[in-house]
Amino acid sequence: MVACNGSTLHRIPLLNAEEIEKVAHLARLGLNREEREAYALDLSRILDLVSQMNAVATDGVEPMTHPDEAGLRLRPDGVSGEIDRDRLLAIAPKTRDGLYLVPKVIE
Amino acid sequence: MTLTITKIAEDLAAGRCSSREIVDDLLVRIKAHSALNAFISVDEDAARQGAEAADRARRAGAGVLAGVPIAHKDIFCTSGVKTTCGSRMLADFVPPYDATVVEKMKAAGCVMVGKTNMDEFAMGSSNETSFFGPVRNPWDPQRVPGGSSGGSAAAVAARLVPGATGTDTGGSIRQPAALCGITGLKPSYGRVSRYGLIAFASSLDQAGPLAQSAADCAHLLSAMAGFDVRDATSLDVPVPDYAATLGKDLKGLRIGVVKEHFAQGVEPAVLDVLREALREYERQGAVLVDVSLPNSAHAVPCYYVLAPAEASSNLARYDGVRYGFRAAEYKDLEDMYKKTRSEGFGPEVKRRIMIGTYALSAGYYDAYYLKALKLRRLIADDFARAFERCDVLAGPASPSTAFALGAKNTDPVSMYLNDIFTIPVNLAGLPALSMPAGFVGGLPVGMQLIGRYLDEARLLNVAHRFQEVTDWHARVPAGI
Repeated sequence: MVACNGSTLHRIPLLNAEEIEKVAHLARLGLNREEREAYALDLSRILDLVSQMNAVATDGVEPMTHPDEAGLRLRPDGVSGEIDRDRLLAIAPKTRDGLYLVPKVIE
Repeated sequence: MTLTITKIAEDLAAGRCSSREIVDDLLVRIKAHSALNAFISVDEDAARQGAEAADRARRAGAGVLAGVPIAHKDIFCTSGVKTTCGSRMLADFVPPYDATVVEKMKAAGCVMVGKTNMDEFAMGSSNETSFFGPVRNPWDPQRVPGGSSGGSAAAVAARLVPGATGTDTGGSIRQPAALCGITGLKPSYGRVSRYGLIAFASSLDQAGPLAQSAADCAHLLSAMAGFDVRDATSLDVPVPDYAATLGKDLKGLRIGVVKEHFAQGVEPAVLDVLREALREYERQGAVLVDVSLPNSAHAVPCYYVLAPAEASSNLARYDGVRYGFRAAEYKDLEDMYKKTRSEGFGPEVKRRIMIGTYALSAGYYDAYYLKALKLRRLIADDFARAFERCDVLAGPASPSTAFALGAKNTDPVSMYLNDIFTIPVNLAGLPALSMPAGFVGGLPVGMQLIGRYLDEARLLNVAHRFQEVTDWHARVPAGI
């Protein structure tokens, strides 16, 4: 794995199957072998594109997280309660007794 | 039938026809052109009832959009109406509430006839990533309509609706508007509420109108825009009556011609069309100014860190627990998450989640995410400098006319580069539109006009003045 920093400008950062599996796990995606290979190639191509950022010097530049950084506002913490529980639970895949149902977590 | 919103509003006001009659006609047209695959769902009964209600309300006095049929991109939550976002993950999702945009347009009297097709989770530039199949371009069914708001653009181009909503994270309103020969506006970030709009990249997403003309977009934007307490990034600023500010002459308007956008990599015939459009502006008294956006060349790499990073976080919510798809078989909770997400998301969505997850993972944050945020600042600063010397910027909306279905989906990067002129605008949060400027080989060419922050009124007027003396926007595809 070649990291995309200034010293490795424009080199293709090839991700191996193991790294792909690690990222897929972090994203909670299950991939089969074929998909792992396809994503390794695709992601390497995208990271190669992304590495072009390194052509620009950005030392001392303030990061911009948002188009209107000054405009972000806070609101009082309050209950709005616009949607009732039954309507929300009605669109869930599995519920029981007013609760979301998932596979057993604790044995 | 090629009725514009402006004409429909006049006809309805004069009592020459009813909303019900117009909706009936459109429903027939939508069926006749179902091969375009522009719609994911059409609710005929609800559309007819909505039209009848608008006709009744009209007698009591109503606004300009009362009874005007529209379609919503299937990314806007519609209470009680399936909202798929073009994904298997939400194929059966029926939201319990309306998006603010939906609510506001309903209040203005718009009649929703259906929900339009789109790239899955708005990730795509060709509408080929939709779980519900690709949309075809009305100008040539073998070509893409652009994306991600391809269904909305194709529906307007094929005159199936006079106007539609879209969303634009990296060009998803402007690029399909360009490729389908219609007018589409991405407003300034914060101008239109994102509440109830299924999130892709929250610092870039913005909703806007697609219609035949700038005048029609003006009416739609007036209804869509405005402060919303439910969106923390919504701007609490007055909204002009955009239709009322159209018509001002362009004498002395300074149009910035972006050097980097009239360069290699763009189809030469597309540039010829745009140069001719600029000459028309000069005839109207505008002045052309050469400007440069040097860092825009790096906007696509910057975007493909930031947008996937935000997407990987936003799309973490699809876990098969609270709503949406859940895999049929699994052995434990983690297996349920993985199978649900692997089966529910398509390849492009997974690709972007993976890129975003990687960029945000331990050890890579500075090299990717932080680097991209710094570059974003430089890109935005370029625009600020350019606008010291001009009032609007002009250039191509897309490097080419509509490309063939399947032509760019083997290599994701070749697809991404298609948005090279639209992406910088989202990074800076500025308003921009695409309007028809001519044709190359029978396919429409879109001109992008970029404005200062919150300067939508000027952009719409500049486009409107062009459309008063040209008829590119009024051309209709053969067979439509």
